[in-house]
Amino acid sequence: MAYGAAVAQVRLERVTKTFGEGADEVTAVDHVSLDVQDHEFMILLGPSGCGKSTLLRMVAGLEDPTGGDVFIGDRRVNDVEPKLRDIAMVFQSYALYPHKTVAANIEFPLKVRGVDKEQRAAEAMKAADVLGLTDYMRRKPGQLSGGQRQRVALARAIVRDPAVFLMDEPLSNLDAKLRGDTRAELVELHRRLNSTFIYVTHDQVEAMTMGSRVAVLNGGRLEQVGTPQDVYDYPASAFVAQFIGTPPMNLLQPGQLGSSDVRVGIRPEHLLLASEGALDGTVRQIEHLGHEVLLLTESPAGRLTARVAPHADLPVVGDAVRFDVADRHLHRFDAITGVRVS
Amino acid sequence: MKRRLRDAPAAVLMLGTSMVLLAVWTIYPLVRAVQTGHLSCNQTGTQCIDTGWSTYFDVFMSKQFQDALRVSFWLAVMTVPAGLILGVGLAVLADKHLRGIGFFRTVFSSTVATSVAVASLVWFVLLQPEIGVLPDLFSGWIPALKNPGLLRDPDTALPAVALSSIWAGLGFTFIVITAGLQSVPKELYESAYVDGAGSFRRFTNVTLPMLSPSILFISVVLTTRALQTYGEVALLTGGGPEPEKSTTTIPYLIYGRNSIISSDIGLKSAAAVLLFLISLVFALVQFRGLEKRVHYGN
Repeated sequence: MAYGAAVAQVRLERVTKTFGEGADEVTAVDHVSLDVQDHEFMILLGPSGCGKSTLLRMVAGLEDPTGGDVFIGDRRVNDVEPKLRDIAMVFQSYALYPHKTVAANIEFPLKVRGVDKEQRAAEAMKAADVLGLTDYMRRKPGQLSGGQRQRVALARAIVRDPAVFLMDEPLSNLDAKLRGDTRAELVELHRRLNSTFIYVTHDQVEAMTMGSRVAVLNGGRLEQVGTPQDVYDYPASAFVAQFIGTPPMNLLQPGQLGSSDVRVGIRPEHLLLASEGALDGTVRQIEHLGHEVLLLTESPAGRLTARVAPHADLPVVGDAVRFDVADRHLHRFDAITGVRVS
Repeated sequence: MKRRLRDAPAAVLMLGTSMVLLAVWTIYPLVRAVQTGHLSCNQTGTQCIDTGWSTYFDVFMSKQFQDALRVSFWLAVMTVPAGLILGVGLAVLADKHLRGIGFFRTVFSSTVATSVAVASLVWFVLLQPEIGVLPDLFSGWIPALKNPGLLRDPDTALPAVALSSIWAGLGFTFIVITAGLQSVPKELYESAYVDGAGSFRRFTNVTLPMLSPSILFISVVLTTRALQTYGEVALLTGGGPEPEKSTTTIPYLIYGRNSIISSDIGLKSAAAVLLFLISLVFALVQFRGLEKRVHYGN
């Protein structure tokens, strides 16, 4: 395996991007600084419109930053054309050329570089082999399934042997089952290629399962960077706390279980049914998921969702219940700014 | 099968309107033209004799028809590629996100709202040796503009008609190609750009293949339109200049006021049916020839 030799850190320094002018000006990315280490699988996570794709496109060179600097390796690349940045990009729609065969699609980046025909074919075959596409080389993208198209897009990226792979929601057009399988394959691909991946998604499951680290963005600002477990265990803000985790963290009304300038957050799995407990509520809905049960309750502290084991003596809808929670499982956030209070 | 039978009344009802229109305005006239093409009539059309299929053969082999066919063919050769290249070129230019481009889009597409009569009149005035602007400006380079005038010179009359025809058809081409361009996914260009493709390679590898269905469509429409050219000829040259009749197209041979066959409804019908068959052959050839290069996406 000869892929993934180049060393590639990506460094963003106070990168800003605004669109429009005057009263129509919109800030898509707001002073984001981020270090992506060599060989890292970095996830840019956030809801629609949080600026994660714009950030990726600035690394690719498809958008020019309005402010700040983008470095790949030691080189400032703000004014460097995409083809000279040693990157490859996989698009959400795959962006395959419908009129070209799979082989011609994979070869295209090499053709543009003037690589001769035989070497092109050999390189394309090698990339196709990595992704199990060798049987489909003569087909057109229209004759492939969604999953196969996605692999062709990946093969077209790896054939360039870039230092950095940029991926913009590459799994979002796949069905749930295929998405699960492909997640594992992408992690394996990252391990085999030993390259730097920057991966944009709005799906926290992808972020948690694939990323070496996760950068959570909201409203163009970077909320938190950390390992998936860190981000889950110690969310830096109420936004991150609610964005990561299914179902999301319960956020109590200010003043509940703390002072009035603090909002307390509790993960659903940390709410324990008990006869004595700090929180009380009424069960409004019960969701049986097989391996667990979600209790959706209404309480003076706000809506509470509890994740409990499926056992025989569960409450029924309308029952009054009490929850206990260990102090170490309470997350405290500033009631106004939402920032974590340690 | 049962289901099909059950749906039949609704299908007939829904298709009925179109079928009636098609029957009355297309199929019936076509059948009548084919029938009439068998006839040979006197000046007033009151007495006709059935001459059978040989009329078609005679018309096709006649010098007049062959000359007109040649004129129609050359008109298509002059107008179709030039109209396509200009239309695609302008549409690609106007597809750029530049300030004020909307104005140019309106200008480029304006000829679609201009009738053949108006377009021909505009070009007639522009090319008039005595009062036209073009002869005043360019007769230094092209003396024929002033003497005898492009439309009066047997060698330049057809190119002059072609010029007017290209101009009149440009708006339509522009609009169809612009619509085609807007349906090309932006990611294809971005992907090619990230991979290092320059603007020429992006044009040949993304734009042209993605436009191929529109280009085939335009090419067939422009060819058919060229073969059916009548209005420009009637207004600009009257089929002349005489005696070469260097702009007498097949439609002008059929309808034109000083056409040699204008009084014989049988010969006119035969010529019209032959024109239909020739257009059909041209369209089929284009479909066959370009089919492999046309990509209808996924």
